[in-house]
Amino acid sequence: MTPNELRAALRDVPDPEWLANALRRVAVEPATIARFFPAAGRRCGRDDLADLPGWSADEAARVLLLTALPTEHAEQAEALYRTGDAAEKRAVLKALPSLPLGAAALPLLHDAIRTNDTRLVAAALGPYARHLDQAAWRQAVLKCVFTGVPLAVVADLDARADGELAAMLAALADERRAAGRDMPADATELLDRLTATSRPRDREA
Amino acid sequence: MRIFDPHIHMTSRTTDDYEAMAAAGVRAVVEPAFWLGQPRTSVGSFTDYFDALVGWEPFRAGQFGVRHHATIALNPKEANDPRCRPVLDVLPRYLEKDGVVAVGEIGYDSMTPEEDEVFAAQLALAVAHDLPALVHTPHRDKVRGVERSLSVVAESGIEPGRVVLDHLNEVTVKLVRDTGCWLGFSIYPDTKMSPPRMVELLRTYGTERMLVNSAADWGRSDPLLTRATGEAMLLAGFSDDDVDRVLWRNPTEFYGQSGRLDLADDEATEPTFAGNSILRGGS
Repeated sequence: MTPNELRAALRDVPDPEWLANALRRVAVEPATIARFFPAAGRRCGRDDLADLPGWSADEAARVLLLTALPTEHAEQAEALYRTGDAAEKRAVLKALPSLPLGAAALPLLHDAIRTNDTRLVAAALGPYARHLDQAAWRQAVLKCVFTGVPLAVVADLDARADGELAAMLAALADERRAAGRDMPADATELLDRLTATSRPRDREA
Repeated sequence: MRIFDPHIHMTSRTTDDYEAMAAAGVRAVVEPAFWLGQPRTSVGSFTDYFDALVGWEPFRAGQFGVRHHATIALNPKEANDPRCRPVLDVLPRYLEKDGVVAVGEIGYDSMTPEEDEVFAAQLALAVAHDLPALVHTPHRDKVRGVERSLSVVAESGIEPGRVVLDHLNEVTVKLVRDTGCWLGFSIYPDTKMSPPRMVELLRTYGTERMLVNSAADWGRSDPLLTRATGEAMLLAGFSDDDVDRVLWRNPTEFYGQSGRLDLADDEATEPTFAGNSILRGGS
């Protein structure tokens, strides 16, 4: 998501002057982001953006604020996550792929994936999750299935899903079957795709 | 009957409570920061607690369709422990959070000099952050506690209409009625107030600036006593509109003064209340 796309999607916020001013200030006085960041929800609204599926107005505004930070201050994102409420944390997670941080913010993903807040788990599995090692990534995907987070939130799902993940999903499916409970349809479909790829002839044999 | 419980400690309650509350008509709550049964000994315990009030607990409430907001403060009891005093330094960052709609619970427990200082300092924070204030009145020596709280509020310069004095009863209601402050009543199974006693106070003093809460917490308490009070009002001849005013519009008006109350979905269906910036994005 580029800053220009976010800016365009936010053109109808209730108080556009507030956002424009905040972005100018953050660019020249990075410390002021601590005050603007929590206020973005009540200033820009919290509804979903019609032009940007999967994004709410407060998330988009907060990501814009983070991208407005001068490059050498991008690490402020970590402090904003650590001191943020759930909505602020979610915005930091969604901003990570757009910030010049390399893999340095990886501990934030681990923190988010440890929570029981499904909105944070989902936000942690965007493109920045490429920095997660494979074991942590598989556990996170399995947690999505377990807690009902749609797998559509997982970036690069099919490219990264492997035989080990298939084994874990199959074991969960066994447990669910034994308990008389359903697997989410998207997980069953993923398992089918993985099984079909790795063992193309098993079923006919 | 739509209900906004303006004072309830959901952190101490179970998901059964959330289910029963939602079924009874509770659509919104405010959870004030207060003491737990076990005294805390460090600032970290408080920040983890405050983080839950603006993070995990609203998520938990949302799963049952209940809107959750918080008030944040160093409570008067723990204000007496020097190890907890530095909590005052971390409050400003929480008082900027979207889900924080007042400074509270502040006020007195044992009316010590330490409580004096912390009470006044936090009223100043309410003014600085443009937030209302929730004042807990002490359980012991209550009349003098209420009188002293009112004079601290007056000295602070905060507008009386942005302050609620809570846990009032038949004796203390008279002290607050004409000050311009809001009046909070906690309905409990045995102590504080009961639904029939509350109905009598509403008959005597009217419904203006009156807030009814369950103050349910980790002690013997009942999160459905807001609903029971609404039903007792109807049985006593109050109208549906009176009940809606006390159990929904009054708390909406009081906490709406923060500009941060997020009730968009609930308000959209019944736009009976105007004049406060309670809509999303309002300020």
